[in-house]
Amino acid sequence: MQVEALALLLAASVNSGTALALAALGLLVNERAGVLNLGAEGLMLVAAIAGFAAAVHTHSEFLAFAAGAAAAGALSFLFALLVVFLNTNQYATGLALSLFGSGFSAFVGVPYTQETLAERARPGLGALARLPVLGPLLFSFHPIVYLTVLFVVGVSWFLFRSKGGLVLRAVGESPEAAYALGYPVRRIRVLAVVAGGALCGLAGAFISVVYTPLWVEGMVAGKGWIALALTTFATWRPARVLLGAYLFGGVTMLELHLQGEGVDVPMQFLTMLPYLATIVVLVLIARNPTWIRANMPASLGKAFHPGA
Amino acid sequence: MLRLEPRVEPSRTMAYLSPLLALVLTVLMGAALFLALGKDPVRGLDMFLVEPLASWRALGELSIKATPLILVALGLSVAFRSNVWNIGAEGQFILGSVFATRVALMATPSSTPSLFVLALLAGVAGGMLWGGIVAWLRDRFSANEILVSLMLVYVAEALLSYLVSGPWKDPHGYNFPQTATFLDAARVPPLVAGSRANVGLPLALVLAGLGWVFVNRTYAGYKLEVGGLAPLAARYAGFSSRSALWTAFLVSGGLAGLAGALEVTGPDGQLTTHVPLGYGFAAIIVAFVGRLSPLGVIFSAVLMSMFYIGGEMSQSRLGLPKSLTGVFQGLLLFALLTCDTLIGYRLRFSRERSLGASRLPSALAARTAAASREG
Repeated sequence: MQVEALALLLAASVNSGTALALAALGLLVNERAGVLNLGAEGLMLVAAIAGFAAAVHTHSEFLAFAAGAAAAGALSFLFALLVVFLNTNQYATGLALSLFGSGFSAFVGVPYTQETLAERARPGLGALARLPVLGPLLFSFHPIVYLTVLFVVGVSWFLFRSKGGLVLRAVGESPEAAYALGYPVRRIRVLAVVAGGALCGLAGAFISVVYTPLWVEGMVAGKGWIALALTTFATWRPARVLLGAYLFGGVTMLELHLQGEGVDVPMQFLTMLPYLATIVVLVLIARNPTWIRANMPASLGKAFHPGA
Repeated sequence: MLRLEPRVEPSRTMAYLSPLLALVLTVLMGAALFLALGKDPVRGLDMFLVEPLASWRALGELSIKATPLILVALGLSVAFRSNVWNIGAEGQFILGSVFATRVALMATPSSTPSLFVLALLAGVAGGMLWGGIVAWLRDRFSANEILVSLMLVYVAEALLSYLVSGPWKDPHGYNFPQTATFLDAARVPPLVAGSRANVGLPLALVLAGLGWVFVNRTYAGYKLEVGGLAPLAARYAGFSSRSALWTAFLVSGGLAGLAGALEVTGPDGQLTTHVPLGYGFAAIIVAFVGRLSPLGVIFSAVLMSMFYIGGEMSQSRLGLPKSLTGVFQGLLLFALLTCDTLIGYRLRFSRERSLGASRLPSALAARTAAASREG
């Protein structure tokens, strides 16, 4: 019985960590190319409302995810134009994206606050999902959860095993050298930002279409910022991002679990848990600055002026 | 073909023109947005740009919104100038309102009518505490201040929600998450009897003046700025980046806390979960649009307050969501950052794609200028 409960808790952690994993993976792609995107929170909010609206109107989850990824991809293209071609300050521009995203999503989301999505059949792989322990632990997730794992493997392969990934990392480490070798540094950065943004979009759509599923103003609730912390925590490695995201998902689940158990702690203190955990993580990773510096893309956050 | 050519030196003129240009762009985008929503753009823009200034009543309303924005943006300007990224002013604002509430709730009918001063000081302390935590974690453990200050916003929100729905809940409040209404002794007095504007406004203006003196006329302000612009040079000169960090967080936290305290002891008169209105985030835009200048933020805070009031009016009159304000705020910052490119670059129209080599002298000069800016 205990094992069964533990399996359910682990499964719930994976489920709740998936949005974080997708977003952090997207940010990792950005940062590996040398672009720091503080706008993740805004991207996820806009994707959440775009995905939710698409789900309400088309009843198709596939289109909902496509809409989320497209909306976030388009916005991050705008961000990329500013930081890559106009060399605007990456911090300030990312903040602008977050502020705009939260305002814009609240604005267009008003008609959807009362909407609900039609009940769906529980996803799962048929008979396998009914297995005790293994069923909930391995076989009853939403397809996106499996896809996230595939994305992690794919991004990992791309970054460290393919030529394209090598070029992308070179652009993040030393844009001058990559430029001198004849690579279109700025175009590569824009592509990386848009691809990463689209992943953040999938994360946003996952929250509003699958995880919650509702639209509430500001519903991303800091996950975009936590994802930013995760990329550093994971020293810019996809597999560690996935692990870290599931760990964080576990913290969120712990919060809900304790609430459910009727632990005598005010609900608001449990709400603080993921944020306090992030602060603890930020403190822990910063204890070893040389380790961070050794792994951090060398040109992260710095503008690149071709020919200058 | 249109291209950007680096300027040898950043343009001072463009630094001041850029916010105006950004405003024009935002207004144009706003007009387009109203058209797209099927509303009369003239009427819509009128609500944002004219009506908030059109009467004494409107100006009183404007001052209530501008006061916290001036205070928070003033602190953020000091922080951003020293290249310290305090993004969590919203949390420091909340802590200020919480600390002030603690004092305000102690008021009895026989309290001295200046109890509000104590409440405001408590608010400053609350904001400094919340900012100080970030400075300490950064200083002691070099934890990223952007993310830590932001995480503390969520923690502050949860704390606020706990207090007003738990220990501080008004027993006669029909179970709403709010404290009892403060007694008069704990309220900031109005500027003129019957007006909504209160003494917070002159206080904010005086502090902005002091801020200007601090930044432009004192050695401490100079050290702070050098530390931000050129950390290596600052270290060479013996200026401590640690003290810059602490100053930035204590000043910006304290001012955000004061703004929060003024909010609960002024227009609100009680602590509710609706006290944080996003001023802490909007003030980031105010600080940038005001060119991180203590006097500049006064103007940009007024502008941002007009956006708030315009948003409220377009909700009641045009049936548009109030969050239109947030859209305009975001657009303004985007436009500003775009226009700011013109500070470091000039736009050139040219037929042919010129080769870098033919412009070697100027390219070299620009490179040195850029290097000295970044160094």
